[in-house]
Amino acid sequence: MTKLFEAENVSVRFGGLQALDGLSLEVEEGTIIGLIGPNGSGKTTFFNTVTGLCRTVGGRVLIDGENITGLQPRHIYQRGVSRTFQRSRLCLSLSVFDNVVIGRQNSLDLTLFGNLFRRRRFVESVRENHEQVHALLSTFSEPLAARIFDPLHRLNMIDRRRIEVCRALIANPRLLLLDEPSAGMTPDETHEFMGDILKVRSDHPRMSIIIIEHEMDVIQRVADHVVVLNFGKKVAEGTFDAVVANPWVQEAYLGTS
Amino acid sequence: MPARKLIASSAIALVSIVLAAIIVVSEEQWVIAAALVGALALSFGIAKTSAGQDFAALLQNSGPWIALLIPAGTLAIGLAFHEEHFALMMLATVLIYSLACIGLNIQFGYAGVINFAGAAFFGVGGYTAAVLGNTGLPSLLILLAGGLVAAAIGCILILPVLRTKGHYAALITIAFVLLFRSFLEVNHTLGGPQGLRVEGATIAGQELFMGIEIGSFEASFYLNYVLLALVLLTIFFLLARFLEKSWIGINLDSVREDPIGAAVFGVNVAYWRIVSFVLGNVLIGIAGATFAMMQNFIAPSNFTFQQSLLMLAIIVLGGIGNLWAVIPAAILVVVVPEKLQAISEYRILVFAILVVLVLRFRPNGLFPRPMRHFRREVGQ
Repeated sequence: MTKLFEAENVSVRFGGLQALDGLSLEVEEGTIIGLIGPNGSGKTTFFNTVTGLCRTVGGRVLIDGENITGLQPRHIYQRGVSRTFQRSRLCLSLSVFDNVVIGRQNSLDLTLFGNLFRRRRFVESVRENHEQVHALLSTFSEPLAARIFDPLHRLNMIDRRRIEVCRALIANPRLLLLDEPSAGMTPDETHEFMGDILKVRSDHPRMSIIIIEHEMDVIQRVADHVVVLNFGKKVAEGTFDAVVANPWVQEAYLGTS
Repeated sequence: MPARKLIASSAIALVSIVLAAIIVVSEEQWVIAAALVGALALSFGIAKTSAGQDFAALLQNSGPWIALLIPAGTLAIGLAFHEEHFALMMLATVLIYSLACIGLNIQFGYAGVINFAGAAFFGVGGYTAAVLGNTGLPSLLILLAGGLVAAAIGCILILPVLRTKGHYAALITIAFVLLFRSFLEVNHTLGGPQGLRVEGATIAGQELFMGIEIGSFEASFYLNYVLLALVLLTIFFLLARFLEKSWIGINLDSVREDPIGAAVFGVNVAYWRIVSFVLGNVLIGIAGATFAMMQNFIAPSNFTFQQSLLMLAIIVLGGIGNLWAVIPAAILVVVVPEKLQAISEYRILVFAILVVLVLRFRPNGLFPRPMRHFRREVGQ
């Protein structure tokens, strides 16, 4: 197995708060890492750091051996890291298609001349992109694919999550970060969405995933390896069973005596 | 599209043009008031009835030919009243302001870059026309220069705007428009507070301050400016429409809706803000240069903060991001206060109440922007 992603001693500070405190983490190609920990333990901050939204005060983040610490978010995206957000960051007034196709920045013609004066070519590229987005949506849900030109605000929670995942997948990333995908969903929807994650995995066998999740069922079913954070530090790691058996984790996080 | 829908849509378009003509041309207070009520009813009709929605969809989703409605409507009004100086001047002003507001729409409506300095860039275009007017350059080149100078000065302003967010960015543009006026008033090479004379436009050997005479047809010289503004508006309206329905349009929308989310998916947020600001200012500058040529005279008092607010009022009242809405809203903002002379000093008050009412009951404007989709392009 080759190592795809590596965080070395990453530290992030917000004023007086040490949000990440020397966190190190490695991800092998094609594996799913479950990231758990109490609220405020630094899970989302870690995602924000990897995607370039937070500045580090120490440590490095590497993808495929290349140092991406301090790069702008869009440059990190171009290196194959994409994500979803806990509170969805979709554009509600735009269509499903617009929301997903924005992820294809690198393959779209973004010149003024091309967009304003070569309209025939533009229409052709709309057709190609429509085909691609439609195909990706279809792998999750046929009815959703049929609603490709519906405004996003008409979709329910699980379909919005799917759009977020599709937007993150459309450019074939190497590392996918899922930030609490079950947040705001009913248990049935969560169950259905778990199936989606497993499907993503079988469709993209070489892609690695880090998933933040409070639903232990989800972690148990999808994660190969689990990392537990508290106060910005790694406090335990291992297989799901090993981590759950850890007495510290039971006391601090799972709340079982 | 079935014939019945097409007939209904044509009827709505016709009624719109007739109402616009009445408001622009009529001097009778009660006729104008009635036409205003009719226009408000029409706006509700377009939003609430199925025939109205078909019409809105037709405007939004048809091919470029639909933009021909603008010259068709304008020519009908312009030719029917070709001797009415004041009405034609109003009509030309509406077209010029529409052009400027399409520029503002690209900035604020698409990319979400707020610009309270619209009047300043309008003024930059105007002063460029005044300064270049005596050099013997072709008028069309001077118009283009007005747009380019406005864009170049905008490039300086965009730097502090990019470094600040929300209200602070708005404040910077407000400061700029105030500064612009003070600068003009103390600058004697640009005429100081008295302003400058501007050479009228000459196009293809025809001096635009001479009215067209063909046989028994004698037109006001304002008809020339109506035609000039119409050509400019139609061209830039089409280009802005292409821009909206393009990969760039999707990028601009994502920058406006959620800059952080956009950046994480590879969108170059700062670049698109600059592009929208520059493109918008080109249009505003060209509009300003056209306006100056038509007026033959400009002074700092033409380019105040209040003028900026009027321009923003046009796009907010019409419906932010909707290009079509700019034209009726420009009629409402530019023409109506001029026409309600009978109530003299109260007309601004009445106008302000009208604006508040519209925003109370139609918070997305009279004609909200429809969502972009590519059903026609992919053959659905």
